[in-house]
Amino acid sequence: MSVTTSLRYDEVAVGDELPELAILLSRSLIVATAIASRDYQDVHHDPGLAVERGSPDIFMNILTTNGFVGRFITDWAGPDAVLKSVKIRLGAPNYPGDTMTMTGRVTNKDGGVIEVELRGANSLGDHVTGTVSLELP
Amino acid sequence: MTTTETDAKQAFAAKLKAFEGRQIGPPERGADPVNQPMIRHWIEAIGDQNPVYVDTDAAAASVHKEIVAPPVMLQAWVMRGFKPRPRTGGSAQDELMALLESEGFTSVVATNCEQEYARYLHLGDHLSTTTVIEAVSGEKATGLGVGHFVTTRVEYRTDDGELVGTMRFRILKFRPGTGRTAAKQDAGSQDDAGQEAKDRPLRPRPAITQDNAFFFEGAKQHRLLIQRCARCGTLRHPPRPMCASCHSYEWDTLEASGRGTVYSFVVNHYPQVPAFDYPLPVGLIQLDEGTRLVADLVGVEPSDITVGMAVEVEWEDHDPDLTLPAFRPAGR
Repeated sequence: MSVTTSLRYDEVAVGDELPELAILLSRSLIVATAIASRDYQDVHHDPGLAVERGSPDIFMNILTTNGFVGRFITDWAGPDAVLKSVKIRLGAPNYPGDTMTMTGRVTNKDGGVIEVELRGANSLGDHVTGTVSLELP
Repeated sequence: MTTTETDAKQAFAAKLKAFEGRQIGPPERGADPVNQPMIRHWIEAIGDQNPVYVDTDAAAASVHKEIVAPPVMLQAWVMRGFKPRPRTGGSAQDELMALLESEGFTSVVATNCEQEYARYLHLGDHLSTTTVIEAVSGEKATGLGVGHFVTTRVEYRTDDGELVGTMRFRILKFRPGTGRTAAKQDAGSQDDAGQEAKDRPLRPRPAITQDNAFFFEGAKQHRLLIQRCARCGTLRHPPRPMCASCHSYEWDTLEASGRGTVYSFVVNHYPQVPAFDYPLPVGLIQLDEGTRLVADLVGVEPSDITVGMAVEVEWEDHDPDLTLPAFRPAGR
């Protein structure tokens, strides 16, 4: 999605649903995002070592989870959104071959700040749940 | 629990609490200031098309007025990169981890990450972090195991000292194998579950030796093979090199009928290892052929198991590499 226009604060209402975002978790994606975030921990790129450490495969790193949360919000809100906080709770890992589907809903709107509750779920359950606070013009 | 154990637990808890408020070491400065190439690599990998991160004109026309870094990229600016961590071992964080590991809390999983942004970062901002251990919890029973939550708070500052962001990061240091079983985890709640929570692990592998390999090979074919002295005919289990009766090293095997009786049994409740279901009854089975072996008891309520009850073998193919005998009440 190309992001060119932004939502205005007045256009957003509590209960609004964000457009769903499905991320196909290819092996390349998991490795590319780990390296782009300068996270060279072997469990994010080396399947053999990941298995040795008790994981069935490599899995997405946390910086990338934050990255997708940020993208999910601004895909919807546009370039004038200003994120104030991202608070996430981590659950089932994102393994290669799975799909993470992100959904979210506006849960609060007060004093210029909008609060969105979101969830990114894969076939194992919730990979991430959390709350994002943002400002819109 | 004895007084000594209670004292030891309290002493350990006090040691953990003493870490709260400690800064883990000197500030760490990112290798590079906020820069366009790293931002580009990031947004390409994430597939983020927000133009304010790379397009000068679009950024100028936005509320940001100039190119900004994705706020969620905060942590990336001080990542160590592809360099081994120096083994100084001197930081408060290292000390705390070593203390927890000394008590068996050897596994780690991240559970929460909370970032707050005072402002967006611009090209040229050069960040340093200071990290403080904010809280160390008491002992908690979680889905993954018994452990302690450790919360750190990281402050991100520019070279002139401006606080641009904070991150609160929580990990669970836990004892592997002490979690609730996968079957009992409520799929709807991920309380204290973590990034590395995963499907039920495989059963622990038996240690296969020259002496016992025949037993596990036989099991794969659903044949209960018992070692027999080739000289005096005495059966022995578990397998070992020499006959205890006549000291002969010569042996062959006998295929047992799989019938026997419960000589003794236990019902395990705790500690719970993720590969098993609990309560877990385990029997010492007196085989009709005359030796005994230890195996899971299946197809029976733990409260219905009695010493002397007749049982028969049931083969359990746990995974492609592991088949083990279990025993169920005979004739059912």
